[in-house]
Amino acid sequence: MVTEQLDQLQKQLDKQQQEHSVSQDQYLTFFMAGEEYGIDILSIQEIRGFDATTSIPNAPDFIQGVMNLRGTIVPIVDLRLRFGLEQIPYGDITVVIVVKVKLDEGEKIIGMVVDSVSDVYSVNQSASTKAPDVGEADNREFVKGLVSVGDKMVVLLDLKKILTFN
Amino acid sequence: MSIDLSQFYEVFFEESFEGLDIMEHELLALKPGSKDSETLNTIFRAAHSIKGGSGTFGFNVVADFTHDLETLLDQIREGTRTIESEHIDLFLKTVDCLRDMLTALKNSEEPDTTVANDISRQILAILNDEGTPSSNNTAQSGPVEPPSQSQDHSNGGSKRWHISFKPQSHLFKTGNEPIFMFQELADLGQMSIEADFSHLPPFHDLQPDDSYLYWQIELIADCEKEKIEEIFEWVLDDCELEIRCDDADLPDSQADDITDEQPVEVEAAPEPLIPEPIIEVAPPVAERLADTNAVSESGAAQSKKAESTSIRVSIEKVDSLINMVGELVITQAMLSQYSEGEFTENRRMLMLEGLSQLAHNTRELQESVMQIRMLPISHVFNRFPRLVRDISQKLGKKVELKLLGETTELDKTVMEKISDPMVHLIRNSLDHGLEKPDERLAAGKEETGTVTLNAYHQGGNIVIKIIDDGKGINPEVVKQKALDKGLIQSSDELTEQEIIDLIFLPGFSTATEVSDLSGRGVGMDVVRRNIQELNGTVEVSSERDVGSTFTIRLPLTLAILDGQLVTVGKNTYIIPLVNIIESIQMTPDQLNNVGGDMELFRQRDEYIPILRLYQIFNHDGAVENLTQGILVIVDSEYGHVGLLVDDLLAQQQVVIKSLEANYQRVEGISGATILGDGTISLIIDIGGVISLAGLKKHQRKQTRHMAVS
Repeated sequence: MVTEQLDQLQKQLDKQQQEHSVSQDQYLTFFMAGEEYGIDILSIQEIRGFDATTSIPNAPDFIQGVMNLRGTIVPIVDLRLRFGLEQIPYGDITVVIVVKVKLDEGEKIIGMVVDSVSDVYSVNQSASTKAPDVGEADNREFVKGLVSVGDKMVVLLDLKKILTFN
Repeated sequence: MSIDLSQFYEVFFEESFEGLDIMEHELLALKPGSKDSETLNTIFRAAHSIKGGSGTFGFNVVADFTHDLETLLDQIREGTRTIESEHIDLFLKTVDCLRDMLTALKNSEEPDTTVANDISRQILAILNDEGTPSSNNTAQSGPVEPPSQSQDHSNGGSKRWHISFKPQSHLFKTGNEPIFMFQELADLGQMSIEADFSHLPPFHDLQPDDSYLYWQIELIADCEKEKIEEIFEWVLDDCELEIRCDDADLPDSQADDITDEQPVEVEAAPEPLIPEPIIEVAPPVAERLADTNAVSESGAAQSKKAESTSIRVSIEKVDSLINMVGELVITQAMLSQYSEGEFTENRRMLMLEGLSQLAHNTRELQESVMQIRMLPISHVFNRFPRLVRDISQKLGKKVELKLLGETTELDKTVMEKISDPMVHLIRNSLDHGLEKPDERLAAGKEETGTVTLNAYHQGGNIVIKIIDDGKGINPEVVKQKALDKGLIQSSDELTEQEIIDLIFLPGFSTATEVSDLSGRGVGMDVVRRNIQELNGTVEVSSERDVGSTFTIRLPLTLAILDGQLVTVGKNTYIIPLVNIIESIQMTPDQLNNVGGDMELFRQRDEYIPILRLYQIFNHDGAVENLTQGILVIVDSEYGHVGLLVDDLLAQQQVVIKSLEANYQRVEGISGATILGDGTISLIIDIGGVISLAGLKKHQRKQTRHMAVS
């Protein structure tokens, strides 16, 4: 009897721990125009400096071009332009975050140019709130949620929406 | 010691599918009432191999099913039954059914036997109907024996056969399995079998994979000696076989006795004698498949994707490859020899020579490897006779299919992807294009319509034409339909060709009633998209009451091309060398301007429209003065076109990489490549550039008219 009860307790504990770990997501954050944005850390392939790209004819302005990533052709998106922000010249701390993202057409590897990389946070999913649903802001669809880390606000991004171009 | 047979599954399936293709092909060539024994033998052999193979691998569902088929085929082959068109239809159905079953087995699924049982019943019905030439033959029908079977045996003139079977010790190593032969014997009639253990060595000398047993078989059956020999056909060289016959017919009563005993003996006798490895083979496939499923759930899904990942290559291609690798090794040895010791001017020259040889070898090797991927297009074409036969029967139309240029070689990847669009186009031709026999007669045509498939090489492309001599596309119907669907405005002025091209728009279908063949309106746009994905184009031309022609153009290979590097502003592009006719610097007197927006370059008596690449691609900082740039004249489906670029760079072979893999399709660009310095360069798709520039075919025709006048 006692062992059975112990077993049950153990099972409950395991389950709780599992649930706990599932709801904890890690986000990499980066800066862009003074704001801090977060993307799911599991989608990130690598972070690298900006290299010269080959421009694609008649592409939207936020597509910087394509870059050779060890033999793979990877499109580079300027996230500032994607968000309709003012473009700034690329410098030494300009980084490209290369992500692997599942779009409707399949899995794609895409690079995103951001101002600088900041930190990694563990975020409890329940702690994230939806972006306020008012106004006509075009970029609202890119936002998955908002979380508070200390006294800062971090904008969690929906990569699929951002990287679906048409 | 156990043999893992699953490693041979792949080969078995490949061979079986090949066998089915052969059967299908021959069946289509077979005319009712024909006595073409060569054709029949080919079909029989294919069926027999499938049966043998599936038996060996334990796919008993397939083996049993094929057995019935074989029985009927055998009767036809031996001339005891004439072949009728219903037989051919049934055989074709059998082929389909077998294909489905084998596909299911290949994907580690349990094959659906309902169709198979149905067909089996039909075959048995044919075997048993009153038209049965003699009761002799019924005796051969398969394990799905009707209860009356044993009665037939006793009625027929049964003979008592004594068979002495003494296999040599290496029997198992040649992949033969006595139990299957015995089972086949048992199907012929009543059999009793006795094993001779006298040659078994002492236990410590026993080789588990050697065969030590001899068998004495007594068979009561009303079959010919050939029939029995055939069963042992595969092992004749590896055994001593003696077949004797007691001519005296058996009295009925005795035959009946044996019927009762027989099952016990057959079951009991061979089983315990089977050496170890064979028992390993024996568990039914379902069980084994269940095992694999248990191991990995994703296994089934993966195997589905892993379809046709192997390729059959002719031995010559492999030989030439080996030759080239040999040369490569020699060159490499030479180079490493030169690189030793002190470096002198003389040595440098030798090194350079060696390097150029290396470059030569590498290129040849590359070409040979590419050759391996090239297969004759008959692999695709051969599917169509069946398709045409089925559809024409369904539609009540008479159709002759002509295949031309079947040996034209094409990259395997391209081939796999082109087959579906072609099926669609052929269905369309049959369904919408060709008229019913009476309509054809009324129109003064032959009763039988013709669909021609033609494939040939043109430049770096393969061209596939699907030509029918049907009623053609009616531009008025198309236009009306497009208006109804809001695809065009009534104010749009369209040429006849432009109207016909509307059929490629999404949501378009001319068939007034939707059949299950075509007419759902998802057709042509999908066809075009699929072909475009292969960097190809599809065009249609049609003349009323004469017929329509669909022309598919595809690149020969998706992997490599010879390119000319050009610059436009800061950007480097690649123009496929096969498209380039020449590159020239223009002088002002060769330039003409038509209506202010079309620039023409006059060369000899031809006017070539000039496309400014920087304009089309929206690039700044390029040479805008025509006489300072260079005009690259390319051949396209619209005729000759000149592309204005800043400068020409080197020519080189480039490996095509997909832009779509991580981005999306870009109009005017067929792909990308990585240059020697690691930067990416985009490859220009001439057709795309022309459509970007809005230069359509009819405009092109106009300019040609002007050149003439």
